[in-house]
Amino acid sequence: MTTARALLAAASLAAGLALPLAASAAEGQPHPPREKWSFSGVFGTFDRAQLQRGFKVYREVCQSCHQLKIPFRTLSQPGGPQFSQAQINALAAEYKVQDGPNDAGDMFERPARAADNIPWTFANENQAASANGGKAPPSLQLMAKARSYERGFPLFIVDALPFFQYQEHGADYIHALLTGYKDPPAGFTVPPGGHYNEYFPGHIIAMPKPIATDGQVEYPKGPDGKSPVPETVEQYSRDIAAFLMWTAEPNLEARKRTGFMVIIFLAVFAYLMYYVKKKVWAKVGGEAEGLPGTAPLGPTH
Amino acid sequence: MSDHASTYVPKSAFAKWFESRLPIAGLVHSSFVAFPVPRNLTYFWTFGAILIFMLGAQILTGIWLAMHYVPEATKAFDSVEHIMRDVNYGWLLRYLHANGASMFFIAVYIHMFRGLYYGSYKAPREVLWILGVIIFLLMMATAFMGYVLPWGQMSFWGATVITNLFSAIPIVGDVIVSLLWGGYSVGNPTLNRFFALHYLLPFMIAGVVVLHVWALHVTGQNNPTGVPIKSAKDAVPFTPYATIKDVFATICFLIFFAWFIFYVPNYLGHADNYIPANPAVTPAHIVPEWYFLPFYAILRAVPDKLGGVIAMGAAVVILAFLPWLDTSRVRSANYRPLYRQFFWVFVIVCVLLGWLGSKPPEGGYVIASRVCTIWYFVHFLVILPVLGLFETPRPLPSSILETVLRGKKGGAGMPAGAAAAPSTKG
Repeated sequence: MTTARALLAAASLAAGLALPLAASAAEGQPHPPREKWSFSGVFGTFDRAQLQRGFKVYREVCQSCHQLKIPFRTLSQPGGPQFSQAQINALAAEYKVQDGPNDAGDMFERPARAADNIPWTFANENQAASANGGKAPPSLQLMAKARSYERGFPLFIVDALPFFQYQEHGADYIHALLTGYKDPPAGFTVPPGGHYNEYFPGHIIAMPKPIATDGQVEYPKGPDGKSPVPETVEQYSRDIAAFLMWTAEPNLEARKRTGFMVIIFLAVFAYLMYYVKKKVWAKVGGEAEGLPGTAPLGPTH
Repeated sequence: MSDHASTYVPKSAFAKWFESRLPIAGLVHSSFVAFPVPRNLTYFWTFGAILIFMLGAQILTGIWLAMHYVPEATKAFDSVEHIMRDVNYGWLLRYLHANGASMFFIAVYIHMFRGLYYGSYKAPREVLWILGVIIFLLMMATAFMGYVLPWGQMSFWGATVITNLFSAIPIVGDVIVSLLWGGYSVGNPTLNRFFALHYLLPFMIAGVVVLHVWALHVTGQNNPTGVPIKSAKDAVPFTPYATIKDVFATICFLIFFAWFIFYVPNYLGHADNYIPANPAVTPAHIVPEWYFLPFYAILRAVPDKLGGVIAMGAAVVILAFLPWLDTSRVRSANYRPLYRQFFWVFVIVCVLLGWLGSKPPEGGYVIASRVCTIWYFVHFLVILPVLGLFETPRPLPSSILETVLRGKKGGAGMPAGAAAAPSTKG
């Protein structure tokens, strides 16, 4: 029935058109380029080696300012970087955390354990703000979901569709931001304490270029004594973006795997119910053709 | 059609004993088993069942989330992250619940536009329709307060903007706002009372749903022709015919729902809500959830604050007067050539309002919002009353069975012989 189809189309259009995508980026900003990620798509999974490299970048570059509020133990959990338990214990022991009060009522310091959150360089937000020009650097664990950019009509509708789905705005933005430090265009004055970035909304970002040069972070070597991936700003940015996607969505792999099974189950269920329904309606001549009914209706109406 | 328990025959001795003391089995039987359903219903009539399913699903996932959520301003955001990371299947519960709200609104909008197209609000279904409008209002309140609970930036600022609207009401405005806030700004008391109300309102919705279904079963269902059931051959019993169709449609809807939960779970949300609430930093654009956008556009279209609030409220409340604003005696738009066109214009206007609501209130967007807002009200206040007086409806079929026998469902635009009386009152 054409009106029915039109009504459905209009309703889905209504739903689709009205969907706002996060408008972090101001008008007239260039869009972050869309990168290829192992975790995109229906069967997407994280690349363990990439997550481990990304964590290394976090420790050596970001950690001096940014908090990452996740427990050490999650770094060994399935679906993540999957460091071994021994690695995690050793890693945690490198950090000191405050604990207490003890039996004597005193606070004390002890080595961190796997169950502790990764400690922050700063004691609190105020200290972080005062050390960073008045504004505390944001914590990073949710960054890949807390940043986005507007795709505009009609792309934002396409982003929700099977086979075209796009949920990696945040990772693309992080990657673009870290590689987006450029000289300001002629006539653009950057105020003191600011830095020009092509992808930051308004272009002036307080954070100085975090990864300054290629080779800044040393990656684990392969059997040939060379790192399997290039040690470049571009690769560092990609790895930290992937790692932050994992910290933001640590259950991504389980979610996609479960979803596949759920949808297959529902599809089979729907297929069966469709034929059950057809069989039931055949008793009254089917829905469309509808021969005079032999339906066992009571005398109530 | 609703002399309950008349066809139910208790079989066991216990059932007989129980039925003579509390005839609830007979009530269920007459409402969900023997209840006569027009045989020409399309899948647009399955959204009632889908909505009942969604209400149940939201209540269940909500209760489980409430076991782990902490309604306290300094802990709420972290408790949601705790659910996402540490609670077994917490991520699933939260994505079910957050996307479930959107699915609920998608289903309710289809359900409402179905009612608008087929004139389901007309006599004798006025009370049924008004109960639906009340459910819609309760849903909006519930969804709004639910969105505040994660205490992200958009939660906080959305709550600030929307609660501030009440201050536009003369004399009592400020009192109402303090009452909503539980203080002098949006803060911990606001979050606490919103949590309490967010838990309460769904049960009120469930109560009104019972009345809605009750009213439905008194008047019977409308159908694509708008012609009431006239003989036994026009109808089939609810079970198994409607039951199996509702089950099939609900499963199909669940596939759509599952896609959002598992593959684009944050698509319908806003990135800013993953930033903890910060009263000192205002987001660049404060936008409500997508299902409020048309009303948000109407609010901003009016240059005056009080005027905007009134227009936004009126946009919902006007629906309750629809049975009397529409003067046509013909229900289904299939037989109303002019109304049918105005209906689609109205749908497009609503979609446009939704899009405009997501845009910043500047330049051409404001002008477009104003045009659409005016059209929204003109549709109800001018077009519907006038159209009924001048429109010549197409001849109606004499019965549901006739349209079914003629082949294609609904019989859109099909001349139906002698039965040309425009009155559909059965």
